[in-house]
Amino acid sequence: MLPIGGCQMNQTKNWDWNTAEKIVSLKEWGDEANWVEDFQISGDGEQVAAIVNIGPEEFSVRTGNGQWDTSFDKIWNLRFLLDGRLAAFVSIDGEWTVAVDDNPWENRFEYVWNLVSSQDGAHIAAAFQADRKYGMVQDDAPWEQTYYNISEMAMSPDGSHTAASVQTVSLNEGEIGKFAAGVFTAALNGKAWNRNFTNVWKVAFHPSRESIAAEIRLGRSDYTIAVDGIPWNRNYNAVWEPCYDPATGAVTAPVRIGSAWYLAENGDILWDRGFVQLWHHLFSPDSRKIAAVVATDFGKWTIAVDGKPWRVNFDELVMDPVFSPDSQKLAAIVKNRGQWSIAVDGKVWDSHFDMTWKPVFSPDSQFAAVAVESEGGYTFALNGRIWNDRYQAVRDPVFSPSGDKMLLRYIHDGRYFRKVISTGDFPS
Amino acid sequence: MTEPVVKTDGHPENPQESPIKDEGLEAGVANLSGDRIEKVIHQILKDETAARFKAYIETCVHCGLCSNACHFYLSNDKNPAFSPAGKVKQTIWEMMKRKGRVAPDSIRRMSEIAHTECNLCKRCSMYCPFGIDIAYMMLVVRRICHKLEVTPLYIQDTVNSHSATMNQMWVKEDEWVDTLQWQEEDAREEIPDIRIPLEKEGAEIMYSVIAPEPKFQAELIYQAAILMKTAGVDWTMPATPGWDNSDMAMYTGDNEIMGRLKRKHFETAMRLRVKKIVMGECGHAFRSVYDMGNRWLGWRMPPVRIVHAIEFYYDLLKAGKIKIKKKYQEPVTLHDPCNVSRGGGLHEKARYVVNAICENFTEMHPNREHNYCCAAGGGVINCGPPYKLNRMRGNRVKADQIADTKAKIVIAPCHNCHSGLEDISRHYKLDVEIKFLINILYEVMEKPSQE
Amino acid sequence: MHDLYSFLTGPIAAFSLIVFFGGMLFKILNMVYTVYRKERFILSYISLRYGLRSLVHWLTPFATENMRQHPAMTAVTFLFHICLLLVPVFLLSHIVLMEELLDIRWLALPDSAADGMTAMVVGGCIFFLARRIISPEVRYLTSASDYFLLALVVLPFLSGFYAFHQWPGYPYAVIFHILSGEILLIAIPFTRLSHMIVGLLTRVYTGSEFGKVRQAKDW
Repeated sequence: MLPIGGCQMNQTKNWDWNTAEKIVSLKEWGDEANWVEDFQISGDGEQVAAIVNIGPEEFSVRTGNGQWDTSFDKIWNLRFLLDGRLAAFVSIDGEWTVAVDDNPWENRFEYVWNLVSSQDGAHIAAAFQADRKYGMVQDDAPWEQTYYNISEMAMSPDGSHTAASVQTVSLNEGEIGKFAAGVFTAALNGKAWNRNFTNVWKVAFHPSRESIAAEIRLGRSDYTIAVDGIPWNRNYNAVWEPCYDPATGAVTAPVRIGSAWYLAENGDILWDRGFVQLWHHLFSPDSRKIAAVVATDFGKWTIAVDGKPWRVNFDELVMDPVFSPDSQKLAAIVKNRGQWSIAVDGKVWDSHFDMTWKPVFSPDSQFAAVAVESEGGYTFALNGRIWNDRYQAVRDPVFSPSGDKMLLRYIHDGRYFRKVISTGDFPS
Repeated sequence: MTEPVVKTDGHPENPQESPIKDEGLEAGVANLSGDRIEKVIHQILKDETAARFKAYIETCVHCGLCSNACHFYLSNDKNPAFSPAGKVKQTIWEMMKRKGRVAPDSIRRMSEIAHTECNLCKRCSMYCPFGIDIAYMMLVVRRICHKLEVTPLYIQDTVNSHSATMNQMWVKEDEWVDTLQWQEEDAREEIPDIRIPLEKEGAEIMYSVIAPEPKFQAELIYQAAILMKTAGVDWTMPATPGWDNSDMAMYTGDNEIMGRLKRKHFETAMRLRVKKIVMGECGHAFRSVYDMGNRWLGWRMPPVRIVHAIEFYYDLLKAGKIKIKKKYQEPVTLHDPCNVSRGGGLHEKARYVVNAICENFTEMHPNREHNYCCAAGGGVINCGPPYKLNRMRGNRVKADQIADTKAKIVIAPCHNCHSGLEDISRHYKLDVEIKFLINILYEVMEKPSQE
Repeated sequence: MHDLYSFLTGPIAAFSLIVFFGGMLFKILNMVYTVYRKERFILSYISLRYGLRSLVHWLTPFATENMRQHPAMTAVTFLFHICLLLVPVFLLSHIVLMEELLDIRWLALPDSAADGMTAMVVGGCIFFLARRIISPEVRYLTSASDYFLLALVVLPFLSGFYAFHQWPGYPYAVIFHILSGEILLIAIPFTRLSHMIVGLLTRVYTGSEFGKVRQAKDW
């Protein structure tokens, strides 16, 4: 799922926050097609779409406004972009491309996959394969240089650059010496770094500059981070994904020394204590804090902010940490003894769920809301309070710019609902 | 020279033939120096092992009672060099006795022993009075060999594939999705609206497989899709790396790559918000996700519930979600894969499934936790052709065990077992067919198209 | 002679007991501490239920598959270990000595029983020795240290047996018996003979892993 929950305020301010309820009936969609696949709902909740089969190997896209004019041999990965456009991978006469709102791109490939998008949804890219060579195609413009393989596709936040881990040299099975010497590197906008490594993973973009960092492996046992092709001057037993400090542009990453994980910045240890595990670190919106998912001990998971772990811990997992807009709070999904819940600043909600999605903060940072599965259906929760009704499918809730309203998007009994409620409507 | 028949005494082939050539070992050994060996052994034995290792070393009274546990030992005419403790003697004891000053050629031999003469099946832990985990000791040897870069070529190449593609067979990202879509298309000939749902967030189940399935045995994915459809299961498969649950890095001591693979796997399942991961009929992958990979990452138990295919079929049959038209008539026997019976206690459920779908089931003996390993597991078959003959000689007892059942079909709910038993059947001219449970299940179950 | 006897049954006996108990205690504590410091995951898998389940099976004669496959070894091993542990603790003359040393006493075995049991220990050692020499899989694992440990174990019993029967020169045998017994006690914490305690711990750990995590038997 593209990150719709974390919409920026400037995106949501033009949305309809006044109509209490809009309903689209989906029943006839199924009646008029052989079958319907993969319902999708736009970020603003105004549109709903699905893939429909209308004949043997004949697929199209149905939206609230009717069916696309074009049909394809096959469609997959139908997704709404944050700007409301609808994109999918489509097959035309055995060739694949991206179609945006019923318009297939000019360029055709043997395969396309892995859609990435800019933060505002205005730019998209995908990986492609043509003649057994691999690259990325960005807004219908393929990389000039292609490679023997590609992975870890990424797009810069503003959508102006794409990057991936690429294989620059052919490698036959069994060539372990050649592999160790390095056949992989990272490519930015199709241009490979001038040095190869044994492995390259997790390409991360600078928030605003044309710069990328990635995890690299040198030989069999040495790991470090490379920034624009230049490795840090120290190796580690292992590393996890790098992340740029939005304020300074410094690169941070979890690194393993001995059997403990530390957070490092530009190769130097940042936090003074090590953890059994440390990953998914992120910066607060004001760039002043760093938080990470950590295990303080074997099987004891929690969140650490600036190296200081919460006092509580969880035996199964902690995931999807998110800072509040004012950088003062942090919410994360926690799972303990089989029960899912949300913890905010170390305090766990009283309610628990069968599953939860990533929490979303209100613009004033006072509320955290989340889509959850509970009691046999899907619904929403707000600061631990659970919405009354259960639905067949829901999407992440979205707060209005003022924070007093919430957009709930759900599908139930053959109908799609776009509902705007007041946060006060939640049962206490 | 003819292939040997079952129940021969001694090796039919000359045991003195030329030593095995393995480029991975040769190249690795050529780069070794005494100092490097000493440093690495010291580092692993001092920093990476602790009380457990020490307790095992100090507790072993050299009684030899573990010997009968090992199929290599039994099949090689009780040659003590193949006994579990015998292998520890030739590796760990030697390293400790020499305080790490081991010759490069000895490292080569130790790598061979640890990688190709032990399946890490843990049967010996059930025979040692003190429960010493000799498989763990062999993994320590493999870890040392990994650090010294003296790992057999084939399995190292597999680990390289894991590291680069997150799957064990260099399956590229497009090939994976393409294969699933092609299987879906094929299955639509049988059930028109069948799906292999990709990237379905919130599905009940993520179905995960090992890379040989999309590469060579796509019909297994096809059959799984039909099963899911028939049983009305809410399932999905990822369109990204993380779909492959296999893990040869676990078996070469490359713990860092093991951790990376398992993190990808679990995080893929968590991204899809599934309740459980159902895995195909694979044993080592079960060990990796259920026992080893999760631990390296700091998870006491897997963060997403792991359901092996045996248990999944059991649940479906027990709940009546799958109905059987007519049971399979051919006489069958069942091979208990180490990693899911001794490693997961699924042997009784496997019997329930076999009895539910087959009319004529004969046990092989010994069975359940005590079953003999297929000699392919633990990464041994993945070390490739150079070691095949040793692997065959090392499992005559398995051939005898199968031959005694008189069954012509051997059910092996594990990929490695499957390949290993096929080799054994050919080598010992058993003329048995090896099947997965799903092959039979697919054949005998009622399908929606036939209603 | 009498001075030597007093010295050996007094300060040296006390010393050897302190080394034995202290050494074993240190060994166990150190092991637990090392686990806590470096392998803490082990603690989170230890299960009393499954650990004891495994232990009980392995402490019950013929309760495991491997014991049934080696009936003679199993019978000898159990008799040997039972006698080995009971005789020194419940021998009347040892209890008398303990009373002198610490002023505590407990019930004693009849001398004739103790005599027979001592013979069983000696017999067990002979059996183990023979097995080490004859069985290829045991011979392969055997080094000088194994014979040494066997000697360490048999000597106090052999000499005790000799002394008890007051065969010629038995006073020397008494001295030798005491000395060798003390050496054995002192040696236990520092040799593989520590399996008397550590072996129980490894069994409990394996039993826990098999029972709790892998849901399988380990016998």
